[in-house]
Amino acid sequence: MSSTLRDFRQGVFDVLPVLVAATPIGLLWGTLAAGKGLVPFEAWLMSATVFAGAAQFVAIEVWRDPVPWVLLTVTALIVNIRHVLMSASLSRHMGSIDHRFHPLMMFLMADENWAFSERRALTTPLSLGYYFGLALPMWFTWTTSSIIGAIVGRSFGDPAAFGFDFAFSAMFIGILAGFWKVPRTGAVLGASAIAAALAKLYVPGAWYIVIGGIVGMVVAALLHRQGETS
Amino acid sequence: MTATILAILGMALATYATRASGLYLMRGVVVTGRLKAALDALPPAILMAVIAPTILTTGIAETIAAALTATAAFMRLPLVFTIVVGVASVVLLRMVFS
Repeated sequence: MSSTLRDFRQGVFDVLPVLVAATPIGLLWGTLAAGKGLVPFEAWLMSATVFAGAAQFVAIEVWRDPVPWVLLTVTALIVNIRHVLMSASLSRHMGSIDHRFHPLMMFLMADENWAFSERRALTTPLSLGYYFGLALPMWFTWTTSSIIGAIVGRSFGDPAAFGFDFAFSAMFIGILAGFWKVPRTGAVLGASAIAAALAKLYVPGAWYIVIGGIVGMVVAALLHRQGETS
Repeated sequence: MTATILAILGMALATYATRASGLYLMRGVVVTGRLKAALDALPPAILMAVIAPTILTTGIAETIAAALTATAAFMRLPLVFTIVVGVASVVLLRMVFS
């Protein structure tokens, strides 16, 4: 078996639990989108081209008639501004991958496949096979569950009654544990959590994600000691 | 073009701009020392920031469920079991605290 195929299969294997969690979240999103008047094709189109869960939930929250497309575009920009930092970080590990694939890799960069790629890059060079093994099943699952939700979602009842609304948070906690290296990680996480929660309460809009991320980075930089290798 | 399609395309372009910009931001930059420590901390810090409002400010059920989920995660349970622990515990705790 070629190494590309082996890496692809490893990526698919790693992302499987995420697909399990993303399916009810996609169904939920599609249901909400249909409730706001999007036809199934429009729900699919948004999942296929925006491909960002958090931004899509916020957009459906903001959605009304007539459709405020400028506000929706600006909101997507703010919610996803964290991707600037994320793609800058990921690009450090893309040096051995053909440049022609970089734009497509960035198009498919969601929180989950980005986090798995960063985690793999701690030990193994990131490969195209592994990245697409994560990203393509994610894209297919997200778009498919979105359109199914938009078509038949209402017949499932309230997803919160089954705790599915918490699947997103639980999945992130599970992925986070893989990043725990030293006690200092706890300081970074604590600072990020407190900053984000406070920002959510007191700063309008979706800036809390960027604020939490930057506070965590600042804490890590402050705790860094000279001469450390890692 | 309808306003709905316009909104979707606007969101898609804005999102792609944030994702592609990182490719150019770091070109030619050698990352060491404090900057490297800061960038290495970004993945956990961002993931934490996304969920912090849900797990800290929604209610006691969500906060306790998050703690139980974290315990499962640190016991190195496979990710899918960690998610099951989170979803099951939030359902039970919401019954207790509602």
